[in-house]
Amino acid sequence: MSAGSGRLPRPYLRRPSAWWWLGRWTYLTFMLRDFSCVFMAYFVVVTLLQIRALGNGPEAYAAFEAHLRNPLLIVLNAISLLFVVYHAVTFFNAASTATVVRVGGKRVPDFYITLPNYIAWAAASVVVAWLVLRA
Amino acid sequence: MEKRSNEPLSWALFGAGGIVAALLLPIHILLFGLAFPLGLLGSPSYQELLALVRHPLTRIYLFILCSLPLFHWAHRFRYTISDGLQVKHLSGPIVVIFYGAAIYGTVLAAYLLWHIP
Repeated sequence: MSAGSGRLPRPYLRRPSAWWWLGRWTYLTFMLRDFSCVFMAYFVVVTLLQIRALGNGPEAYAAFEAHLRNPLLIVLNAISLLFVVYHAVTFFNAASTATVVRVGGKRVPDFYITLPNYIAWAAASVVVAWLVLRA
Repeated sequence: MEKRSNEPLSWALFGAGGIVAALLLPIHILLFGLAFPLGLLGSPSYQELLALVRHPLTRIYLFILCSLPLFHWAHRFRYTISDGLQVKHLSGPIVVIFYGAAIYGTVLAAYLLWHIP
């Protein structure tokens, strides 16, 4: 008996290309959804700069506002909004897949699980907008 | 001793960050990133915004708004890069850099909010 006969053959795993997600629409939307987190992080940085400008006084805040009027940043913010809304919709809809609620042995339809998420989204947006615009 | 995984903590932060980002970031981008710079809505004055941010609840709110989505980003982008771009062998440094950035952003948010006059 040879020394290696007890070992199982190592399975051949083909390493996918770095661009595997371009091959199919569902793979691409998966990557786009995951990429939404970059736009999230970008706007957190904008918010941190906004807080810093607020703390540094009226001139610093006016300079911050002037920076945000840059057309390139407006385009970037519009793209960020689309991506973050895409994240929100996929995240809220995933709740019904992740949470299976049964009432009287029957599964509660997805609609009743996702609807409260959308109501919370609308309510939170209205409260934030009201506080900021009323200020 | 058994080695305990950080996975439950990073997963919880990922979920909480995903909820915070979904509920609150769109309205922030819409107002401060688009409507005010484009002049679609009249932006509040410096004094009015400062008065709003001085409130302790607003500071806590802004701290959560800045911190949790960064941990969501760190968790999600880590897998986007290592699985998406097939660089699993770099996952060690990626984890350190991404979570380091999220922790840095969190500390910075606390510092900035604490130092609002």
